[in-house]
Amino acid sequence: MTALERSEPLVIEAPELPAQRVVSPAWIAFSQFLRSPSGVIGAGLLIILVAVTIFGPMLYQVDPQDIAGAPFTAPSADAWLGTDYLGRDVLAGLIYGGRGSLTVGIVAALITIIIGLTVGALSGFFGGIVDAALVKITEFFQVLPPLLLAMVLVTLFGPKLSTITVAIGVVSWTSAARITRAEFMRLRNLDFVKASRAAGAGNAYLILQVLLPNALPPVIVSATLAIGVAILFESGLSFLGLGDPNTISWGLMLGENRNYILDAWWAVTFPGAAIFLAVLAISLVGDGINDAINPRLRRRS
Amino acid sequence: MSAVLEVKNLSVSLIAGNRKLVPVLENLSFSVEAGQTAALVGESGCGKSMTALAIMRLLPEGFVVTGGNILLEGEDILTLSPKRMRALRGNGMSMIFQEPMTALNPLFTVGDQIAEVLRWHQDLSGAEAHARAIALLRAVQIPAPERRVTAYPHQLSGGMRQRVMIAMALAGRPRLLIADEPTTALDVTVQAQIFDLLAELQQETRTAIVLITHDLGAVAELANEIMVLYAGRCIEAGKTENVVGHPRHPYTRGLLGCVPHLKLGPHSTRPWSDLAEIPGMVPPLGARGTDCAFLARCRAANQTCRSHPQPALEPIASDHEVSCWRKTELVA
Repeated sequence: MTALERSEPLVIEAPELPAQRVVSPAWIAFSQFLRSPSGVIGAGLLIILVAVTIFGPMLYQVDPQDIAGAPFTAPSADAWLGTDYLGRDVLAGLIYGGRGSLTVGIVAALITIIIGLTVGALSGFFGGIVDAALVKITEFFQVLPPLLLAMVLVTLFGPKLSTITVAIGVVSWTSAARITRAEFMRLRNLDFVKASRAAGAGNAYLILQVLLPNALPPVIVSATLAIGVAILFESGLSFLGLGDPNTISWGLMLGENRNYILDAWWAVTFPGAAIFLAVLAISLVGDGINDAINPRLRRRS
Repeated sequence: MSAVLEVKNLSVSLIAGNRKLVPVLENLSFSVEAGQTAALVGESGCGKSMTALAIMRLLPEGFVVTGGNILLEGEDILTLSPKRMRALRGNGMSMIFQEPMTALNPLFTVGDQIAEVLRWHQDLSGAEAHARAIALLRAVQIPAPERRVTAYPHQLSGGMRQRVMIAMALAGRPRLLIADEPTTALDVTVQAQIFDLLAELQQETRTAIVLITHDLGAVAELANEIMVLYAGRCIEAGKTENVVGHPRHPYTRGLLGCVPHLKLGPHSTRPWSDLAEIPGMVPPLGARGTDCAFLARCRAANQTCRSHPQPALEPIASDHEVSCWRKTELVA
C-alpha cells in the first residue's frame, strides 16, 4: 500500500515551535567580535599581559625595588631578564610596572570618556548656545599641545601617579567629546527619538536611555584606543623624568635606564617591548570591537 | 459634547535666514470630539505633518507658531510649561509616526519600550508594566504577545512594528491620538488591517483621532470629518460624506480622481478610464501669494479667480465649507 492509497487522514501534529532565542544587540556584537581575528589575537595578548601583572608576583617572588644583584647583570638564571643600573631585577620590574602602567591607562581612559561623553552629549543634545560654548571649550583644549599641557600639570601638582592619571585624562578628552557630539546630533532628529519625546520622555531620559546607548558604539572604540594612548602618554611623561618615582611603571623603567642603553640593552628593551605589546593588543581589540559594532564594516568583510 | 481638541486659526511659519517669516500653515481651524476622527488630507508639502507637530509642540528647529490657539480639553497647549507639556504627551495626546521601521529604538525590546511609557504615566511596578505591555500587544492583535514582548524591533515586520507603535501610543490612554500617515510605509493589505484596528480601538477607548493621510479612499472609511489642505491653507472642509460625495473645490475633485477604482469583470458598470492626475506641483514655501494657491494648476480657473485673492472658507451647505470663487457654479 502506497502512501497515496492509505485511507486514514494524515494528522500533522502542531509542531512545538522552539522558543525563539532572544538575541540582544550586545550579544550579536560579542559573537561578531569573536569572529574578528585581530580582535581575538589582541584580546588574547591583553589577557596574558593582565594575567602576568596579577598573578606574576606569586610565581616570581622578587621585590622590584630590592637590589637583587650587581648592576647591569646580563639576563641569566639568577635574574631572568637581567638587572638595571641599581641592580634591581628587570622581570620583577616588568611585572609590577605593568600594574602601574595598565592602571594609569584604564583610569585615564575612563576620565577621558566621562568628560568626553558629558561634554559631547550636552552639546549635541541641546545645541544652540550650550553647544557653541562647549565647542569653544573643546577647541581650546584641542589647540593646546597635549604633552606639554600634561607636563605643566604634573610639574605644578607633583609627580604622583594620581596626578599623572588626571593630567592625561584632562588633556585627551576632546576627541571623545567630538565623536559623542556628532553621534548625538545625528541621532537627535531620528524618528525613534521624536517618538519617544511624543510619548512623554523627559530630557534626562532621552539623553541617558535613548541617545546614549545608540551613540555608544564609536565611543567604545575610542575608549579602547584611549587606554593605549594613555599608556603611551604615561610612558612619555616618565621617560621625560616626570614619572612617579615611588610607583614603578614601564615608562619609569625606560626613563631611568635610558642613559645606559649601550651598556645594558635589556633594562631598556624589555620595558619598551612591554609597552609596545600592551598598546598593540589594545589597538587590536579596538579594531575588533569596531568591526563588531559597525554594521557597514561587518557587511564588507 | 465638548471637543477634545480645538485648533483655532493656527498659523505656523518658517524662520528664513534673513529673519523673514515664510508661512507654512495659514489660519487652520478644526476640532475633534471624543470618539470621532478628523482627517487632514493633501499632497506632500501641504502642511499636514506640520499641523501634527505643532499640536504636539514638537515643531523642528526653525519653525514657529505665529498665531492661533490649540486647546486640548480647554487647556491652551501653546502657553503650557515644558514640564506640563511632557506630562500631557503620551497621556493627553500621543502620536503614531509614518515610518515604523525607524520609529522604534533598535536597542531595546518592544516590551521595554511600551513598559517605559506605562511607567511614566501610570504608577506601575516593573512586573505590572510588563503584564500591561503584553495585554497591549494582544489588544493590537499581535499573535503570541508573550513571546513578542521580548523581541527587538529588527525581528518584527513593518506591520508588526506599526502595531507596536500603536500599542505604545495608546499605552498612556491618551484622549487624542495623532496618526501621521500611519500606513504609508506598509503594503495595502496591512493598511486595511491597521485602519480597522484603529477604528476598533477607538470604539473601545473613545479616543479622538486626527488622521493625516493623502489616501482619500482610506479616509472615507475612517473619518467623520475631512479637512483638505493645499499649500498650508484649508480649502475644503466638512463631513466626510459631503466632501467625498459632493466635492466642490477643483483640488478635492482632482484628489478624488486620483483614487483608483476597480473596473474589471463582466458586471462592471463604469467604463474604463485612465487614472487621473493633477498636473503641476504644490507651490514651494515662499512662493505662495495672496491669490488662490491652486490657481496655477486649476482647470476651472477664470477671470474672477485671477483678479481676486484667495476667498475665505465659506459654508456652501450645512457641515461643508469651501474656499473657491466658483464654488456655486461647480456642482458635482
